[in-house]
Amino acid sequence: MADAAMAPARSPLLDPERVRRAAVNVGLFVAVLVVIWGVWEAFRAFGEATGLRLGQFEVNDRTMPHVHDVLGTLFEPSRRNGPLLVDILWDAARFTAKEAAVGFLLGAVIGFVLGALLAHSGLLQRGFLPYIVASQTIPILAVAPMVVVWVNPRMPPGLKDWGAVSVIAAYLTFFPVTINTLRGLTSVDPRALELMRSYAASSWKVLWKLRFPAALPFIFTALKIAAPASVVGAIIGELPASIQDGLGGAILNFNQYYITAPTRLWATNLIAALLGIAFFLAVLLVEKLVVRRAPEHVA
Amino acid sequence: MPAAVVFFAAIVFWEGAVRIFDIQDFLLPAPSDIVSTLRSDWEPLWSAAFFTFREAVAGFVLGCSAGFLVAAAIARFRLLRSAVMPYAIAAGAVPIIAFAPITNNWFGVTGMSSKIAIAAILCFFPMLVNTMKGLTSVPTSSIELMRSYAASELTIFRRVRLPSSLPYVFSGLKVCTVLAMIGAIVGDYFGGAPGALGVQIRRWVGIFAFDQAWAGIVLASALGILFYGSVAVAERLVMGWHPSVRGAGAE
Amino acid sequence: MSTQPVVSLRGVTKSFGAGGVTALQSIDLDVLAGEFVSLIGPSGCGKSTLLRVVGDLVDATSGEVVVNGKSARQARRDGDYGIVFQDAVLYDWRTVAKNIALPLELLGWGKARREKRVEELLGLVELQGFGGLHPWQLSGGMQQRVSIARALSFSPALLLMDEPFGALDEMTRERLNGELLRIWEMSGSTVIFVTHSISEAVFLSTRVVVMSRRPGRIAALVDIDLPQPRNADTREEPHFFELVTEVRDRLREGGLNEESTAPGEGELVGEGTP
Repeated sequence: MADAAMAPARSPLLDPERVRRAAVNVGLFVAVLVVIWGVWEAFRAFGEATGLRLGQFEVNDRTMPHVHDVLGTLFEPSRRNGPLLVDILWDAARFTAKEAAVGFLLGAVIGFVLGALLAHSGLLQRGFLPYIVASQTIPILAVAPMVVVWVNPRMPPGLKDWGAVSVIAAYLTFFPVTINTLRGLTSVDPRALELMRSYAASSWKVLWKLRFPAALPFIFTALKIAAPASVVGAIIGELPASIQDGLGGAILNFNQYYITAPTRLWATNLIAALLGIAFFLAVLLVEKLVVRRAPEHVA
Repeated sequence: MPAAVVFFAAIVFWEGAVRIFDIQDFLLPAPSDIVSTLRSDWEPLWSAAFFTFREAVAGFVLGCSAGFLVAAAIARFRLLRSAVMPYAIAAGAVPIIAFAPITNNWFGVTGMSSKIAIAAILCFFPMLVNTMKGLTSVPTSSIELMRSYAASELTIFRRVRLPSSLPYVFSGLKVCTVLAMIGAIVGDYFGGAPGALGVQIRRWVGIFAFDQAWAGIVLASALGILFYGSVAVAERLVMGWHPSVRGAGAE
Repeated sequence: MSTQPVVSLRGVTKSFGAGGVTALQSIDLDVLAGEFVSLIGPSGCGKSTLLRVVGDLVDATSGEVVVNGKSARQARRDGDYGIVFQDAVLYDWRTVAKNIALPLELLGWGKARREKRVEELLGLVELQGFGGLHPWQLSGGMQQRVSIARALSFSPALLLMDEPFGALDEMTRERLNGELLRIWEMSGSTVIFVTHSISEAVFLSTRVVVMSRRPGRIAALVDIDLPQPRNADTREEPHFFELVTEVRDRLREGGLNEESTAPGEGELVGEGTP
């Protein structure tokens, strides 16, 4: 490793190498999409031709609608003279997004504080960690009705109906954040700790200047898991709370009419999927802006 | 054993709080009530819980093995890997549970199959991602060493990639136990077999039989913990050499 | 050189664990101001432990440690020394400039004062213009230079260095040796330098402390009377080779042939080692 100075010149954004790599990535992305579409339609054609059956499963318009039919449904009204499906779903998605976002923030903060507390005290960690892990085995949906009854009356007027849903979303969110915050805060290079000791830095300073920045990659990994989890929590939480305005309600609704209009449920699923991905990408974006680390070198 | 201390303290506190504050029955019954309900109604409770547990385990086995095998198949091909990875990760961001009504329509509401399908799909993607990460995080020097022995790709896979991917694989398996249980129970909310736990809990809540509902929840949690725990035990047996299992490298 | 030693050790002993390993046995040593002292010895002889005892990163089991006229603990609290490890220990999330400024932030220096000092230091270690880069964008040798700049940022009287060039290739190492001597002269600090390379120890130091194998004792003190300033030619001088041979002989007497001055396996470093 000769001590050659690496030229500090930054490569321009439109440098041919970067553009080429970006183009390849986009190309791959589209290619996989096309392949999936192709496989779907091929399977459909195959299934219809051969009358394939798996137990009760049979290939037809109801079980495997054409992709273009699903997309087409979005731009039709779902009721006679009603608004386009895509508009309905857009509003529902926004509503669910609101619940999910609040739940996410709540869960992330709780998770972070909890993780920091556990990192601080080995005793607390050994005492409480097993139960925090065990808490995730409690089937939230089963507990959801109780949560709804308990939480909703205590909510301020603006949140009266959907506050409980945010709590349920927060429940799904806090766990990965706690675990990863704990891991991040405690996996600091011992040499870096010795260095801090040589500066006679207080524990608080060590936390702020060393442990916390070192933990950020871990925390963001958790946030990337937690963000879509909050969407799942919100959708599921809407069900016992009997909320009509969100995606959960839309799913229940279109499920009822599945026989007559299967594509609408599929379209709803598509929108729900996009919502989850959107949340994920949002966190990814923040991560790119906030966390500056060595690029990963994977074998 | 701080964890044991916390457990007993929590139980005592719970029992006391319920009695002292006279917390409403359905919100949170006392531990003693739950225990007595478990005793008196063991049969229906257990059969419902076990029914759902079987769905979860079946989905777990199906989804995890599929995820593992697909990852093992494509890990070697860099192009395929970078094509698939973003989709596998994105699939993890999708609320797959919303797909439950569709699997119900595919396999029928009352059969086990639709919940097994959901649990399997839920397990497939995390297992795929974790296994791929594990298989590709091998230090190049280990691979080069094996090549210097003129080892075949298959041998390299068996002797180097597989063992070094184990921590990731087990990490994925542990996550999937939880996901499979969630899939099986939550899937019931969109309709399920009468004997399934999720359906039963809803029914009990509907008729205000909160003791049974909570007993069912406790039983489901216990099974979930057992499930998670057995994977953890397997991990310890298989991977006793790894620092994270040995407990070294803590703060 | 003044008469009051910067570092004074009397009867310093360090054992690990109940009835366990004795890393250091009755060390008596004085380091005077302005000296460049190297500690050399076979693996496990406790040289890194000794360095850490001076820096109050490890407690001595018995004996007296006086640094800058105070207890080691007080000296650490007062920021009387800077330390450089074999691993540069730079924070990936800070730029080079911010990494150098870390101890200054902890000392509460104002922003303008910090920035000025960082510029001076970048000049000192010849890394002008690299302040805005991140650690992973630098080579190993450059990272170590940043680490040295950081250690000198608050102009401590004492510099403790634990095999700082151990992970670098020989050519980079020799270059950095020369630079270190230059920096030492310009800053006027006292240096205690742990190494396993005999030629490095002879080239850099005014005095070489040869330690015996575990339990570590001082086997010999070798004065290095090569003229200053030293440069690449110094390594070719006959007297240089004589001194290298002498140090090697002392090492042999101290318990082991030179093969065991190879990079430390099992070198006891004190708690905090993973």
